[in-house]
Amino acid sequence: MTVNEMKKKSIEYRKKILTYIYGANAGHTGGSLSCIDILNVLYNHVLNVSPGNFSSPDRDRYIQSKGHTVEALYVVLADKGFFPEEDLNTMCKYKSHYIGHPTKKVKGVEQNTGALGHGLPLAVGNAIAAKMDDKKFRVFTLLGDGELPEGTNWEAALTAAQYKLDNLCAIIDHNKLQISGTTAEVCDTSPIDAKFENFGWAVRHVDGHNFDEMIKTFGALPFEKDKPSLIIAHTVKGKGVSYMENQLKWHHGVPDAKQMEIAMQEFEEAMAAV
Amino acid sequence: MEAVAENTMVKGKANLEVFSSTLQELANADKNIVAVTSDSRGSGKLVPFAQKFPKQIVEIGIAEQNLVGVAAGLASAGKKAFAVSPACFLTARALEQIKNDVAYSDNPVKLVGISAGVSYGALGSTHHSLHDFAVLRAINNMTIVAPADNYETAQSIKLAAAMTKPVYLRFGKKNMPGLDAVDKSPFQFGKGRIIREGNDIAFIATGETVYPAWQAAEKLSKDFGIEATVISMHTIKPLDYDLLEATAKKCKAIITVEEHSIFGGLGEACASFLLQNQIVKSFQIVGIPDEYTVTGSQNDIFNHYGISETGLAKTAVELLKTVK
Repeated sequence: MTVNEMKKKSIEYRKKILTYIYGANAGHTGGSLSCIDILNVLYNHVLNVSPGNFSSPDRDRYIQSKGHTVEALYVVLADKGFFPEEDLNTMCKYKSHYIGHPTKKVKGVEQNTGALGHGLPLAVGNAIAAKMDDKKFRVFTLLGDGELPEGTNWEAALTAAQYKLDNLCAIIDHNKLQISGTTAEVCDTSPIDAKFENFGWAVRHVDGHNFDEMIKTFGALPFEKDKPSLIIAHTVKGKGVSYMENQLKWHHGVPDAKQMEIAMQEFEEAMAAV
Repeated sequence: MEAVAENTMVKGKANLEVFSSTLQELANADKNIVAVTSDSRGSGKLVPFAQKFPKQIVEIGIAEQNLVGVAAGLASAGKKAFAVSPACFLTARALEQIKNDVAYSDNPVKLVGISAGVSYGALGSTHHSLHDFAVLRAINNMTIVAPADNYETAQSIKLAAAMTKPVYLRFGKKNMPGLDAVDKSPFQFGKGRIIREGNDIAFIATGETVYPAWQAAEKLSKDFGIEATVISMHTIKPLDYDLLEATAKKCKAIITVEEHSIFGGLGEACASFLLQNQIVKSFQIVGIPDEYTVTGSQNDIFNHYGISETGLAKTAVELLKTVK
C-alpha cells in the first residue's frame, strides 16, 4: 500500500469511527482519532495478522492496552475482513459483542482489555513464549500515555528487559491529554523516553500521524538487539476534526448531527487534498 | 518420579512438596509446562524444578500483578503456565489480573496459591489468605480447588495441567496424612471424595481441615457412638451439588469446615445451595470468624477456632442437640 493510499484509508477510518460512535451514541472519540494512523500502519504494513492466519501460533500479536479506543480497532479489523462491517451497527447494543472495550468474542481481538496497565504484561508473556519456542512472531501493544502511572507497566518493563525481548514493541499513543487534563497536570510521567531507557529499553520518537516516519521506524525494529523497543508516537487527540483536536471534552464526547456534518465535510476536503 | 498413591493415614509430605515433584514429573514429559514465580521458587519448593528445567521457569521478581499478566500471556501463546505465589498475594494484589487477564480473557493459567489460609501462622494477616474462596467464587470462569492430602494434590496438578480453562489451586506447607476414599473412582474436579460414612452428622471439609474433621469423626464414634460422614470437598467451585444433596438428606446435621473466613467460602456455598433447594438441616459453618485473627502458629489458630479433633467433635455434639 502506498503512503497516499494509507492516507486515504485513514480518512475513511476516521469517517467510520465517527459514524459508528454517532450510531451507538457512545465511544472514546478523541483517543480513537489519535491512534488510528498507528493502527493503519500496523495492520496495513507491519503485522503478519489476517483473518486467514488468526488461529496460527506463528501470527504476530497485537494487544490494545488502551482498550477504550476500541472503535479504532473495530473499524480496522472490519476493513481487514475479520468480520462484516455492518456488524458494527450493533455497537454497544443489547447482546452485541461489539462493546466499549475489546473482547475475544470479536474475531481479530487477542485479549479482553479495558482495565488499564494490562496490555504490556500480557504482551511480555506472549513474547517470552515466542522466545521459549524459538518462534519468529512479534508482539505489539498500544498503550495510552494516560495509563503510564499504572505500576504494572513498569513491572512488565523490567521483565521485558530482563528477558531481552527484542521481539516486543510497545507503542505509546502520546496525545498528552487524559480525562482530567493534560498528562503533565494529572501525573507527569515525563521524560518517558529516559525512564524506559533506564529500564533497559530502546526508544524512538515518531510523529504518530506521519506515515513515512512510522513506516521507517517500524521497519527499524528491533531498535537494538536483545532490547525491547518502545515507540513514542506523538499524536493529537481528536486528530482530523478541527473542533475536536486537543480538546479535552472529546475524550468520550459524541458529536451531534450538525457536528457530524462539519466533520464529514472536513474529511471530504482532506480526501481531496491527498 | 515417586507416584503418590491413595493411602490410608500414612504420615504424608507437605502438599507443597507433592506439587513440586508432580510438576517436575509433568515438565519432564512436556516442554510446555512452565512455572512462573515471583521470587517464590524457594517457598514454592521449586528450586529443584528450576535446576532441572531452567528453560521452563519464568522468574518475575516480587511483582504479583505482573506475574499473573505475564502468565496469561504465556498461556495464550500455548504454554501450560503455573503461576506460583503465596495465596495471600496472588489472590489479593493480583485480583484484577486474575479477573481480567485469566478469567475474562479465558487464558488457561493454573494459579497456584501456596502457603494458603493461615499456613504462615505467626507472620500475621498480611500473609494469610482467608478471602480467596470468596473473591474467586464471585468471578466467572474459575475453578477453585483445595486438595486435602498428597494424593489429591498430585491428581489436582495433573488435571490442572491438562485443563484448557482457568483454575486456582491452593494448599499449605504442613505434612498431610493420606486419606482413603470410600469410593475408588478416579479423582476429578467437582466431585467430592467420601472419606468416611455415617448417618448422624456430616463434616464437609476442604483442604487441610479434612484431616482434623476425620479425626473428630473417629473420636465421635469412639466416645459418643455418633457416626459421622466426612467429605473432602476439594473443589469449592463447581461445587458437588449431587453429593451435597445426598449427604444432607442422609444426615441429621451438617458442619462445614474450611481454613477461610466464614464469609463467602465453602460453608456459605453449601448453605446457599441447601436452602435454595428446601433442604433445611441443623447447619454450622466452622472457619475463621470475622475478627482480628488470633496470633500464633497454624496449629494454634486452628485450635483456637475449633478446627481440631476436639473442637469439631464438640461442635458436632452441640449441633446434634439442635436436631428436632
